[in-house]
Amino acid sequence: MGVGIDVEHLNAWYGTNHTLQDINLSIPANHATALIGPSGCGKSTFVRCLNRMHETNPIARATGVVKMGELDIYKDASPVDIRRRVGMVFQRPNPFPTMSIYDNVASGLKLNGFRNKAILDETVERSLKAAALWEEVKDDLKKKSGASLSGGQQQRMCIARALAVDPEVLLMDEPASALDPVSTSKIEDLIFQLKSQYTIVIVTHNMQQAARVAENTGFFLNGKMVEFNSTDKIFTMPSDKRTEDYITGRFG
Amino acid sequence: MSTNPKPIAAPGGDAPLRTPTNYQTRAMRLNSARRYLMNHLVTVLAVLSTVAVVVPLVAIFAYLLYKGASSLNLAFFTHIPAPVGEPGGGMANSIVGSAIVLALASSMGVPVGIAAGVYLAEYGRGKMLAMAVRFTADVLNGIPSIVMGIAAYSLIVMRQMHFSAFSGGVALAIMMVPTITRTTEEMLMTVPHAIREAALGLGVPKWRTVVSVSLRTASPGIITGCMLAFARVAGETAPLLFTAFGNQFWSFKLNEPIAALPLQIYVYAISPYDEWHRLAWAGALVLILMIMVSVTLVRIYAARGILKGAS
Amino acid sequence: MTTRIKFQQSLDDLKERLLMMAGMAEQAIQRSIEAYRTRDLSICELVFRAEPAINRMEREIDQLALDLLAMEQPMAIDLRFILSVIRINADLERVGDQAVNIAVRVREMGAFANIDLPVDIPRLASLASAMVRKALQAFIEADADLAQSVLMLDDQVDEMNDAAFDTLSALIKEKPELTPQSLNALIIARNLERVGDHATNIAEDVIFWVRGADIRHKSGVA
Repeated sequence: MGVGIDVEHLNAWYGTNHTLQDINLSIPANHATALIGPSGCGKSTFVRCLNRMHETNPIARATGVVKMGELDIYKDASPVDIRRRVGMVFQRPNPFPTMSIYDNVASGLKLNGFRNKAILDETVERSLKAAALWEEVKDDLKKKSGASLSGGQQQRMCIARALAVDPEVLLMDEPASALDPVSTSKIEDLIFQLKSQYTIVIVTHNMQQAARVAENTGFFLNGKMVEFNSTDKIFTMPSDKRTEDYITGRFG
Repeated sequence: MSTNPKPIAAPGGDAPLRTPTNYQTRAMRLNSARRYLMNHLVTVLAVLSTVAVVVPLVAIFAYLLYKGASSLNLAFFTHIPAPVGEPGGGMANSIVGSAIVLALASSMGVPVGIAAGVYLAEYGRGKMLAMAVRFTADVLNGIPSIVMGIAAYSLIVMRQMHFSAFSGGVALAIMMVPTITRTTEEMLMTVPHAIREAALGLGVPKWRTVVSVSLRTASPGIITGCMLAFARVAGETAPLLFTAFGNQFWSFKLNEPIAALPLQIYVYAISPYDEWHRLAWAGALVLILMIMVSVTLVRIYAARGILKGAS
Repeated sequence: MTTRIKFQQSLDDLKERLLMMAGMAEQAIQRSIEAYRTRDLSICELVFRAEPAINRMEREIDQLALDLLAMEQPMAIDLRFILSVIRINADLERVGDQAVNIAVRVREMGAFANIDLPVDIPRLASLASAMVRKALQAFIEADADLAQSVLMLDDQVDEMNDAAFDTLSALIKEKPELTPQSLNALIIARNLERVGDHATNIAEDVIFWVRGADIRHKSGVA
């Protein structure tokens, strides 16, 4: 159900800052791919280019080819279409504060004009179950506001919200960095289960998380992609010294 | 502080022990006392200031009540003014007329103001046009209300060759727009960018994001802004002097002169008749009450609306 | 100034302890061969008494390595280094065990007549301990090429062991009265051949650490 993403000669700018320099990489379908690297290396920018969120910033610009399957996402489709096929979960949970849990999860559908109550009910239940949150909230769906849940629950709700529109790719920008170890574990288990249905790209500061969750890992440094390989190779026998220095924690 | 180290013997024999610890304690105690005092002083000042603000409001209201309550009777709310010299009569037409003019003004001012605020916050950031709009709004805000009236007079009344409720509505609407615009813009700016991104990330088009997410989240604040604007223009007299003009009789047509409460109060207050003075006091009381009631109603509705949205 | 100072110090500490362990193991082998040459039973005693210290050191090194794995989340080259240390640690302990075995054989031989056997045990011993020393030198210097050269010496040691086996078997057939001494010498030769194998393992571990290549069990049947 997921689709692979091929990136060719992707360059991105914020104003005059050349944030991404000639990125080439292939993200395999139905696998989890982790992107690691120090702060400011461009991994978040890269991920935002994959669902065309990068261009929502007025001073942002990108060139290059990003293909989802056969589709060139910049030339052959509108940003809105792409974002319905490529979902995103952000670093800090961002539920809609004025909406209930039900409305939050259904928002992707409701705000696009979907009104069929039966389908909405079924979608909300399915998504919350996929996000391992159904049991905890099923009695308070319409009574509780989305913002009244705990941090870990909010993030899982945001994942459910992203899954409700049935994307093919799920982008996760440091999804567990604001959460405690228990919530983090739950989300990692979730990713493990979701892999078979979606293509997952996860940006993370936490190398151990990348090692636990992803089959492939890419290391970004100063806007360039230094190395991309299977996760076990990267963490036991990296080919580039810069990767090894970052992984072993030796900076400076 | 209770476990002092062994005191150092002071040079010069058995003088009272002045160890470093002792010195510190005393200085700290003095400092602490001074801070305590300062705290209380500022609290008292704050309370006094609050009282100083509230007392005039309460005093005005109490005086109005005293002067006007006796004149409030059913007739006041159902009759139009009596001819000069005759007792009785009411200001029913002014009350209705005010309501009509304010409704007109809101129907024109609120959409324009909110639309301008939305433009400034969501679409125009950094653009030259946005800076021009903001500047214009600030200038409009500062224009004296009588000048507004004259502007509406020359733009509409002179063209149409007659006074009208419509022109009064326009004058008041223009006065509402700057307040609503600025408040809407500021409230939209308080909406966290993260939830806009959440909506965009779901594939929701920008216009829909603005309407269903940004505006919805900022709506309590925006409604407050509209209420503020409404309350301000509800009591304006000058703009209506040469637009609505006032009317001694019932009038429901929009292109005819219409009575308005502030206008009528003004006319009655400067008249030489005691009877009309009495009505003016009653009118002023009713005006204040009308504003208070409408503001409260909107508050209740908005608060319920927030909770509803959360359920 | 690189980061992870504490971790780096722990790694250096681990390396030092391993080298100390290596010194103790090598000394044990030297002593046991000296005992063979001189048939001095007091030297055998020295070897026996030094054994517990080697075992204790092995436990300490294993514990330190385990702690580092748990607490510091080592990756890539650090992870390979610690894994190599754990393996080399085990091999060095077994070298110590072989030294004890040789000393036991020497003590057994003390009950019988001291004759010159047609087998050059000391030369075999010096070759085996040279292998160990070279492998540890490769470890100290992280030199994979030096480690590679140790692998090639193993063939020599194996050949010498086979030759000793043939010579001593023939001797037993020829002069059955020399059987006890011959058998003990045969066992000593085999112990030394095992020491050579352990040196080979150490060299392979060094190559794994430095190059990330797992070349164990690639050479032919020894």
